[in-house]
Formats: sequence, structure tokens, C-alpha cells
Amino acid sequence: VEDREVHYISLQGVIGETDIDDRYGDLDSRTDSDISEIPASSDRTPEILKKALSGLSSRWKNWWIRGILTLTMISLFFLIIYMGSFMLMLLVLGIQVKCFHEIITIGYRVYHSYDLPWFRTLSWYFLLCVNYFFYGETVADYFATFVQREEQLQFLIRYHRFISFALYLAGFCMFVLSLVKKHYRLQFYMFAWTHVTLLITVTQSHLVIQNLFEGMIWFLVPISSVICNDITAYLFGFFFGRTPLIKLSPKKTWEGFIGGFFSTVVFGFIAAYVLSKYQYFVCPVEYRSDVNSFVTECEPSELFQLQTYSLPPFLKAVLRQERVSLYPFQIHSIALSTFASLIGPFGGFFASGFKRAFKIKDFANTIPGHGGIMDRFDCQYLMATFVHVYITSFIRGPNPSKVLQQLLVLQPEQQLNIYKTLKTHLIEKGILQPALKV
Amino acid sequence: MFQTPLSAESESEAKVDGETASDSESRAESAPLPVSADDTPEVLNRALSNLSSRWKNWWVRGILTLAMIAFFFIIIYLGPMVLMIIVMCVQIKCFHEIITIGYNVYHSYDLPWFRTLSWYFLLCVNYFFYGETVTDYFFTLVQREEPLRILSKYHRFISFTLYLIGFCMFVLSLVKKHYRLQFYMFGWTHVTLLIVVTQSHLVIHNLFEGMIWFIVPISCVICNDIMAYMFGFFFGRTPLIKLSPKKTWEGFIGGFFATVVFGLLLSYVMSGYRCFVCPVEYNNDTNSFTVDCEPSDLFRLQEYNIPGVIQSVIGWKTVRMYPFQIHSIALSTFASLIGPFGGFFASGFKRAFKIKDFANTIPGHGGIMDRFDCQYLMATFVNVYIASFIRGPNPSKLIQQFLTLRPDQQLHIFNTLRSHLIDKGMLTSATEDE
Repeated sequence: VEDREVHYISLQGVIGETDIDDRYGDLDSRTDSDISEIPASSDRTPEILKKALSGLSSRWKNWWIRGILTLTMISLFFLIIYMGSFMLMLLVLGIQVKCFHEIITIGYRVYHSYDLPWFRTLSWYFLLCVNYFFYGETVADYFATFVQREEQLQFLIRYHRFISFALYLAGFCMFVLSLVKKHYRLQFYMFAWTHVTLLITVTQSHLVIQNLFEGMIWFLVPISSVICNDITAYLFGFFFGRTPLIKLSPKKTWEGFIGGFFSTVVFGFIAAYVLSKYQYFVCPVEYRSDVNSFVTECEPSELFQLQTYSLPPFLKAVLRQERVSLYPFQIHSIALSTFASLIGPFGGFFASGFKRAFKIKDFANTIPGHGGIMDRFDCQYLMATFVHVYITSFIRGPNPSKVLQQLLVLQPEQQLNIYKTLKTHLIEKGILQPALKV
Repeated sequence: MFQTPLSAESESEAKVDGETASDSESRAESAPLPVSADDTPEVLNRALSNLSSRWKNWWVRGILTLAMIAFFFIIIYLGPMVLMIIVMCVQIKCFHEIITIGYNVYHSYDLPWFRTLSWYFLLCVNYFFYGETVTDYFFTLVQREEPLRILSKYHRFISFTLYLIGFCMFVLSLVKKHYRLQFYMFGWTHVTLLIVVTQSHLVIHNLFEGMIWFIVPISCVICNDIMAYMFGFFFGRTPLIKLSPKKTWEGFIGGFFATVVFGLLLSYVMSGYRCFVCPVEYNNDTNSFTVDCEPSDLFRLQEYNIPGVIQSVIGWKTVRMYPFQIHSIALSTFASLIGPFGGFFASGFKRAFKIKDFANTIPGHGGIMDRFDCQYLMATFVNVYIASFIRGPNPSKLIQQFLTLRPDQQLHIFNTLRSHLIDKGMLTSATEDE
């Protein structure tokens, strides 16, 4: 705090202005080197770890802390998978809120805008609005049968967009009314910062949840591929690294990149094989109103049934087998792992650039040795969007629950018309027997 | 730095219009962003050279207002296709104006690649939105042509890939001493895209619903602008908000009532014509847009009983109105009460970045953004209003989506629909057998 005060007193002396907007106006156009570094928060490594490792040299000590924390995080991940989809949803929500908090806090520090009137309230309010909107659109689809029973929920669903828009508008009007004379620019910056953060964190976390509902395997395999790529690229770089990859992250090397790519593809392939066997991972998550909980029980789709493929000639010579039985999903997993290794790192570079731009070492100090939650999840963001786009383009068409939802909202006459059309179609296709009385 | 005659004149105008001294002072002190040259055509300048500067400005604004309104009518006459193109052009111009302000604020003309990247992102997002809209409305056309069908089937994937390429180019273009500036411009571009492009597509959605849903909201906002200005000019006394010292409570309230009345009258006039009321459809045989249909209930005259209170005033028992006129009251109310917040937002933005106008495209009025700042919230509101209160999901689209599902999913939905209809009493087991 003292350093900051000294810095600003000297700045005032040089420029001689009191208008905060003007002061930041000059800061905006200066190059990076003129801007001071943001003080990092204190070290949060637990005392026990520190004592246990006090014997080792500082480099190995850091390595051990990172290693232990990595194993802890992976075990936590497995534990939550075991506890089921609902816990996973809560976890995703928790991570989203924490990432949002981290990025907003960086914004406050960059602009020294803790004292802006209303602004912290408004940021959290916008987070709530956008979450309400997305949860209403996605989650409500899955709970269609549950929702049909309750009258008030019906009302909320029917006018959902209108209610969300009204809530957002209230926030927008509060922002306009809260504009204070000498702080206009700062307030607009924080407004834009909040919106870009919402765009990144909230939309992506909802895509993650939609992937999750498609089947837990669509959630697990991409995330594990990214984590695996992180770890194997680091290991390959540590042992074989020589040629630097990009000026932005001097620690990354081409050897790490390529080694990570191949190991991730192999890992994804194997993980897909192992997970495809279990209905728990493969089936879409459904909410059963009778048991009032999430169930994953179904007839696995063709994607998750073993099929035999004839190998192309050059592989035949290598493996000395004519055919191999694979799950079709494993072929998709190659696409997912490739994306995780080739494009995923760009998310990491983006975050590195961001940290250099704002002169911070880590997003926060939540996880000792690793930094903040955002540091762990920076590569995941592009992955979630890719998996969602991949699923909608190549795997399945429209979401059946959403179609049902929309059907139930129509006017009764329209529903009757559609019912008749569907009935004719289904009978034609032989899916429905004409004489069947269900 | 650039004290052109226009900016000197506008300072005096600001003082005349009652702005507080400190506002114009602070504007004069800090270096304003360079204003482009005065665009008023020579012919107007000469014709008005005799009048005093204040009246001259008033006349220029007045003539340009009438020119813009006339232009608006011509375009409506030319049809939906031209309207779509105009909306697209307005969107591009607004984007260009806001991005240029960003460049000026951050003195970042020389950033490597950045101008190319901004336009590239604009193209990507437009491609994504047009693809989604076009696929819905031009469904049969798209199904016929093989390349279009593939483009539409994998549309999201293609759009995402295009966007990713831009994202990777941005990361690769980060230059050592300019990280912060580059991230600012990246953020600036994305927020601008969010505001400008999404709204313009909502406008086009509204347009396809029926031209009346495009014309009435826009006219209400314009009317509110003009009426609030007039009421403020003649009766204005109590300032409304510190952000825009020229606005007054009298103007606000007068504008509100005037706009509601205007909206009622306009919807009455327009509901009579099919070309305004019918959804825009693409006719495959004639390969053009048609607006021909049986008007829905919303656009058929109905009798309403006037409540007792107003009966004594007007002396009529019932009145014949279009139901749409009642919706128009909601639209006008929004345009008068919340629309101005869009204007305040833009005013705050201009003060924050110390610019007088977004650009100097329209003489006397400023840039295109200056004219459209109130419209943005309106477009979203109309779209949300239509989706929530007027029509539900599109039944034919639902049937299309249903047909692409797997058989077991189709059966599941069919059975659920059936039990729902039986619950509601629309179906009994007896009527099943036909």
C-alpha cells in the first residue's frame, strides 16, 4: 500500500492533474514498461508442508509442493466424479464463481477502483442475472417433467427471457444512474471488464454443463486430455526441452509441445476405451421425477458399442492384426485430444499474455504452488466450447428435451396439430404400430 | 490541438443550451480527440449564411432530420430485402465508428494486425448470425443446393473454426511492449461486437416477424427523441439527470405521453395493410420475398368495452381497436421510459472518452451511433417481447427438429406429448382411433 501511495504522489507532481480520468487516460497510451507491477497477495502454502519440506533446496521444494497439490487436485476430481453429476454441476458452478471473482479482482487492482460506488454490487448482480438466464435456458429443459407440475415454475419458464431481460435492464439502468462525474472512464472500463469476463467464464461453464448432460464421458475425456497435455508437455519439456516455442511463454518448448501431443492422443484413446464400458459414464444424464434425482441408465448408443474395423495396410504390417475392435467414440477422442494439444495451449498463451499485460504473476494465490483457479483452467475454456460445437455438429442433432419443452409451451390447438402430424410420420416410419394402445 | 471552427462553434452552442460551465471547461482543458472536418454541404452553408449561428444549427439539424425521415420512408417502400441491407450497413458503420474511437483513445493505429483482426472478427460473427437466421428462413432453398446444405449442417463448427483462427492470430500477434494495449483493443472489439452485431440481428429477426414490428418501435424511439426535445425546448425547466444537462423532466414526461399517442395512431394506420403486418417469407418459386398472408388475430379489429372512468370522458361505450395497438402501448412506454437510458449510456461514454460525437457522418447530428444509441435496447426488448408474449416457438421449425431426432427420442417425445394432451383433456383414448 505504501508503494502505491508514493507512486501516485510522484505522478501527481509530474502531471499536475486531479481528474482521475485524465490520469488514466495517459496511462492508457503508455507502453507496458511504464506501468507499475500489481502487488501479489501473500503466500498461502500450509504450514505443515513448509515444515516437512524445509530440508530441501528451494527448487526441489517448489517441485514437491506442485506435485503434492497436483495429486490432491486429481484425487478431489475422482472423488467428485464418484459422487455423481449433481455434485459435478455444483463444482462447475463453484469454479465459475471463483474464476469470475479472480478476474474482477484483477480489474479492481489494475484500475485502483475499489471505491467506485456500487460497482462491486453491480458486478455480482450481473453475474447472477446471466447465470439465471443460462440456467433457465439449459437446465429447465432437462427438468421439463418436474417443471410441468408446478404452476409458478411454469410461469417462470414461459416468460423466462422476458424476466431475464428485465433483470438485466434493472442492472443496466442502475449502472447508468451510478455514473459519477470524475470517474466515467473507470466505470465504463469496469463495466466492459465485467461483461467480457461474463462472456468468457459464464458461457463456457454452461457449455461444460451441457456437455456433462450429454454423458459424463463428454465431460471427463476432454478435461483429462487437457490436464494430461499440461503435465506431459511439462515433463517432456523438463527432460528433453531445447527449442523455445513462443516468446510469450519462454518455458514452453517444441519438444514438450510435440511430445505432449502424442502422449495426449494415446492417453485419450486409452481413457476413452476404459470409460466407454460403463453405463455410468456413457449415458445422458436424466432427471427422473419419480426418484427425484439424476440417473444415468440407458441403452448405450452405437457410439459406445464395440465395432470391428479393418486396419489399413501399413498398420496391418506394424500390428500384425487384420482387424481391431474399437469403440467409435475412440475415434472421436482422437479429434478431442488433438484439439486439446494443438489449440488448447493457445488458451494458455492468451492467459500468459494477459498476465504479462497487467504485470501479475498469477491470477490469485488460491492453490499453493499453482496460483489461482484461473491458472489451472485457462486451457479448458476453448476446449469446452469445442466439445459443445463438436457434439452439436457431428454427434447429435437438436436437444430432445428442448424440443419437448418448446412443444409443451405451444397453444393446445397447435399441439394437437403437431401431435397428428407426428403420429402420421411415426406410423409411416414403422416406429409406432397403428393398432398399439399405449 | 485541432480547434476547428466547428468545435469552437459547438462550445458556444453548449453554453447557450444551458450546460454548466464546468462541463464545457473540462472539455476545453483536456485535449479533445481530433474531430473530422465539417461535412455540411456547401449549398446548405451558403443558403443559411445569413442567419445567426444558433438558428443556422437548428435549421441544419431540421433539414437533415427531414432528409433522414424521407430516406426511411423510401426504404420501407423498397421492401424487406433493401431494409436488411440497410441494417447491415448501419451495423458496419457503427462498428467502424466505435472501433475508431478505440484507436483514438489508445493511440493504437500502429498495432500490428489489429485493424485486420477487428474486421475479421466482425466478419466471423456476422457469418455466424446470418447463417443461423438464413438457415431458418431459407430452409427449402438451402436444402436444395448441395454446398449450402453442407454449410448449414456444419454451420456452428465452421463458424467456431473461423473464430478460432482469429483468436490464434491474435495470440501470435502479441508484441512485447504492447501487451496491455492489444488486450484492451481485443476487449474493446468484443464488447462492440456484442452490442452492435447481436442487436442488428435482433432487428432483422423482428423485421421477419412483420415489418410493423420493425417500423413501430423505431418510429417510437425517433418520435420520443423529437417530442422530448420539443417539450424540453418550450417548457423545459427541471433537469433530469446530471449526465445529460439538456434533458428535462418536462421533456421526459411530455415525450412519454406524446409517444404513446403517436404509437397508438401509427399502429392503427399500419395494421390495415397486409404488407406491414404479414411475416416476411421467401417464396421458392418466385425467388423473392413476399408479404402475403391472412392477418393474424392481432391485426383484426375487435370491440373493446371502455372502462367506466374513460366512458364518462369520451362518451363512447365501446371502441374498435386492433389488439396490436395495446401491444404498441407497451412498446411506446418502453421507448420513452427505458430507451433514454441507452442515450444516457452513450452520453456517459462520450464524456468518459472526451468526445463530442461519435463521428461526423451526419452534419448537425454527429455519427450514425449518435442517432441509433437509443435504438439498441429497443431492438432487444421487441425481440424478447415477441418471443414471450406474441408467438411461441415456431411449430414448423419444431417439426423439422423432431424429424432429425433418433427414433427412440421421437417415440419418447410423442408419448410425453400424448400424456400431456390427455391430461389437458384435448385427447381422449376414444379420439385416438380414426
